Amino acid sequence: MTDPARSFLRIRGLCKAFAAPGGTTVALNGVDLDIERGSFVSIVGPSGCGKSTLLQIMAGLVAPTSGAVFLDDRKVETPPPSVIYVFQQYTRSLFPWKTVERNVAFGLESRESLSRQAIAARTQELIGLVKLTGFEQHYPWQLSGGMQQRVAIARALACRPAVLLMDEPFSAVDALTRVGLQELVRSLWRELGLTVVFVTHDVDEGVYLSTRVVALTRAPGAVAADLPIELPHPRNQITTRELPQYLDYRGRLLAQLFADEGLVAAEPA
Amino acid sequence: MSDTLGTERAALAAPAGKPTRRRAALWESRWLGVGFIAALLVLWEIAAASGMMPAMSFPRMSAILVTWWDLIISGELPGELVPSLWRMFAGYFIGVALGVLVGLLMGYVRFFYTLLEPITEVLRPIPSPAYLPIVILFLGIDDQMKIFMIAFASFFPVLLNTYSGVRSVDPVQLQTARTFGVAGWKLLWQIVLPASSPYIFTGMRVSLAVALIVMVISEMVAASSGIGYFILSAQRGFKIREMFAGVLTLAALGYVLNRLFLAIENRVLAWHYGYTQQQRN
Repeated sequence: MTDPARSFLRIRGLCKAFAAPGGTTVALNGVDLDIERGSFVSIVGPSGCGKSTLLQIMAGLVAPTSGAVFLDDRKVETPPPSVIYVFQQYTRSLFPWKTVERNVAFGLESRESLSRQAIAARTQELIGLVKLTGFEQHYPWQLSGGMQQRVAIARALACRPAVLLMDEPFSAVDALTRVGLQELVRSLWRELGLTVVFVTHDVDEGVYLSTRVVALTRAPGAVAADLPIELPHPRNQITTRELPQYLDYRGRLLAQLFADEGLVAAEPA
Repeated sequence: MSDTLGTERAALAAPAGKPTRRRAALWESRWLGVGFIAALLVLWEIAAASGMMPAMSFPRMSAILVTWWDLIISGELPGELVPSLWRMFAGYFIGVALGVLVGLLMGYVRFFYTLLEPITEVLRPIPSPAYLPIVILFLGIDDQMKIFMIAFASFFPVLLNTYSGVRSVDPVQLQTARTFGVAGWKLLWQIVLPASSPYIFTGMRVSLAVALIVMVISEMVAASSGIGYFILSAQRGFKIREMFAGVLTLAALGYVLNRLFLAIENRVLAWHYGYTQQQRN
């Protein structure tokens, strides 16, 4: 599917088991993936299939039971500086004692040798990029859900990561806010040349955003389908979603997920 | 304390979206409680004046207030208050600083918890007056002894609350910091400490009351100055009005300290109140 020689993130034989009451739960069971630099890969799957665990291992936040993740041929063991993880729960991930400005500057301040002016300038730039200018001195909890997730995105991008790992980032916001955030992430991905790995339970969102969608099976998770999405760029929330190709991708992925879940697509006649 | 409750009740009572201001009825306002205190003082005055109570140990409230005023004007009471406050704050701040430090370490590093938890549980239940004689043995009866006593007693509430605070920091916040490369001591300082600050403040408020108590006790046992010493020696010299004036001073001091503490807490933890309010909605 992808030429392993060109791959940027290599995932090899990844397994993860958790201790659970009455034995161990296997969350991931032998996942292999090669992710190219600059791609936008969505990972879809039923809830509890280990998508988030996979992402957390890629971020160096959780250690795998066996197997490994390599970033640019280096094994990921601790959080790599070029990889930033964006959490689903923005209300818990943003620091409530810091203003929007301080939150966005957080990653920059914790990193080596940047002057105060450089931090301030970069912070301002990112706040502008996610269109929150004027809200610098607000606290995150004074903002709407969509705005809070934009703060989290600005904070993540401030450190100029090469890889952005997003764990169901828009699942807690309403449908229209979600469209706005999708467009924001798409445009940032294109402008900044990021590699994005995007976990979602929403097949439509995955197909629309991505250059590739990977479906995981029900837990223990393994790759069930791996689909390059060859839809034209720039995409359009209305017309792209009407393209026959789009519907084809969507249909194939849903069929896979339904089969996996034992769901029937049609109601009885 | 009563004020925080008061504002919260008022906020609940206020009809949503209607900024019309209604004057609070007497039985809902703060003046009811103040009035009750005034009534009790008047009752005191009457009881003392009518001879129902022995005049010797129960002087009229008006006489006590006059004596109190004179003692303030003459500088005698403020003169006793200065060494008391110095001891109290010195001990309090040492106790708080150590309590936060040890609480953070115990909450953050498993080794410190395992090492220190048993000794904490053994020392904590001992009432402070019980170890006063031991402390006198080692530190004498000067300020050192009192500061040590106050610090020791202030230490435990802060320690326990800091520890609970550290244990209840949201793991998502910790993970977030880690993805930005913040770990180890930096994580403790930048995330764990501010995230546990609401708990730390709770401990500090408890300790403030404890510090006041221990200050008075240690001054009553062994001192030649301070408000505790003043009260006890007034009683021993049958200067009953002075004795009551000293107690009133402590009441006023406790009130002012608590108010001051709340004002600081409301400022420092404004984010916390806003955040929890938003979480509730």
